[in-house]
Amino acid sequence: MTWMPDATVAHLRRVADWPDLPGDRLEVVEPIGQGGMGTVYRARDRALDREVALKVLRVELSSPEWASRLEREARILARLEHPGVVPVHEVGTLADGRIYYLMKLVRGQRLDEFARTVSLSEALRAILRVCDTVGFAHAHGVVHRDLKPSNIMIGAFGEVLVLDWGIARVAGVGEDAVALDLPQGRREDTAPGTVLGTPGFMPPEQAVGAIHLVDERTDIFALGAILKAVVSAVPGGDSPPRPLVAIWERAMAAQPAARYPTVRELSAELTRFLDGVPVQAYREPFLERIARVYGKYQTPILLVFAYLVMRLLFLVLRGL
Amino acid sequence: MTSLPDGTRVFPTTRPSVVEAVAGADADARSRAFATLVAVYWRPAYLHLRLKWRLEREDAEDLTQEFFARAMAQGFFEKYDPARARFRTFLRSCLDHLTANTRRDERRLKRGGGAAHLPLDFAGAEQDLALAGPPAADDPDALFHREWVRSLFTLAVESLRAECEASGRSVRYQVFARSDLDPVEGRPRPSYRELAEEFELPVTQVTNHLAWARREFRRVVLERLRELSGSEEEYRIEARELFGVTPP
Repeated sequence: MTWMPDATVAHLRRVADWPDLPGDRLEVVEPIGQGGMGTVYRARDRALDREVALKVLRVELSSPEWASRLEREARILARLEHPGVVPVHEVGTLADGRIYYLMKLVRGQRLDEFARTVSLSEALRAILRVCDTVGFAHAHGVVHRDLKPSNIMIGAFGEVLVLDWGIARVAGVGEDAVALDLPQGRREDTAPGTVLGTPGFMPPEQAVGAIHLVDERTDIFALGAILKAVVSAVPGGDSPPRPLVAIWERAMAAQPAARYPTVRELSAELTRFLDGVPVQAYREPFLERIARVYGKYQTPILLVFAYLVMRLLFLVLRGL
Repeated sequence: MTSLPDGTRVFPTTRPSVVEAVAGADADARSRAFATLVAVYWRPAYLHLRLKWRLEREDAEDLTQEFFARAMAQGFFEKYDPARARFRTFLRSCLDHLTANTRRDERRLKRGGGAAHLPLDFAGAEQDLALAGPPAADDPDALFHREWVRSLFTLAVESLRAECEASGRSVRYQVFARSDLDPVEGRPRPSYRELAEEFELPVTQVTNHLAWARREFRRVVLERLRELSGSEEEYRIEARELFGVTPP
């Protein structure tokens, strides 16, 4: 048995599934993450002198079904041209037959990390941007099905990106649904009874594998769960405002019909909360309404009150 | 991380577990399984005795022989419970237990010790020890693990070489060995272009050969790992530790 130096052992561990890209335009630098389907590497595009992200199917998943899923994810990303979706540069096959795709390298914080460092209103504005992206996807017939804080990145300049569309479903909803031009037989590749998603962020119908019930409201449930997680994470989030609790409770209703019917309506509720007006999900008690109105119009109310006090004092003093 | 569909096996199912076979009723299967365990574990066990227990070379040789002989004769491995520990941890505990008992009983470690001699290359292991430099005395467990990985990889490379020779694919192995196995200290590994010139092959064929050999190497390692694991869970954890990446 030949002695194998430590350096060789380390090298073999590294290259056992190291992607061998065709040509010498791209140099793979290091692995930066691993998801359910693929490993993501930081790579350098020598021709354009920029860094990119390379997602490669994990070796142990190199079956036609998983290859099809990764290819499908790349196609979905490529079709969803939106600032909240990572742009894909190319898709291809490695020498060992594995599917890969190149995309923009995203630098930033995960939403849950971001939430711990910002105010409630900043966190809510980030969630509104997520809603914009998800709403855009829904309008193009795509349901994400795996929305969660770790799949949302906040860039250095405040850009909000929704990642990991690997288990997205092409639902064909909406008048302006765009066909994704997927190869025949791959339009829906999730068998009934299959459970895909993340516990805590998937609704009951998804958790039991009821594929036929999965639609836009599946993502709305996840957005409600994200709202709850993010509000709890912001500094002082241990006693959240009741209207916000009502919003996420409606979004996370067990029955799909009881949830917000569209992401746009969920966004509108969040916007109402940020603007300090009543939200539909919450019937406000009188005293709370007074407190909210006072909070929103504090300065003019104080000015009027001060004016009235001065006026009263003036009248009283003149009467003496 | 995204959940996998029900029923999807993350890693390949291969031959039955050596850990189960070594405690089984079939004498032939037990003997083959025992040989596999010795092949993978004798060197980590020997180096563990030398470095953790600081035994002299001859004593470590004798105790290594005695350990495996007793394990076979007295059925040490039949007591293994996958729910309690990884097999690797269990085996090391057995070795530590035997060593501690030997010391406590103040029995001298007699050379030979009456145990049947296994053909183990202790001289080679001593050379390895010298090449490895000063031992990481602060973490003998890490040393045992490192030597176990080395044994696993070495056996996988041997298996890959034999497979390539038997199937007329020696060039593939040679490209792999030249690229990934040759010592790298002091000089960079050859580029694909340099390998292509050396083997008089197109660059694309070099990358194809390497991709194939690396995939096969990984497959062989995972097969062997599965054999050596006490449970599916242990196998998955070990496989991730060997080839996985750490999420950011």
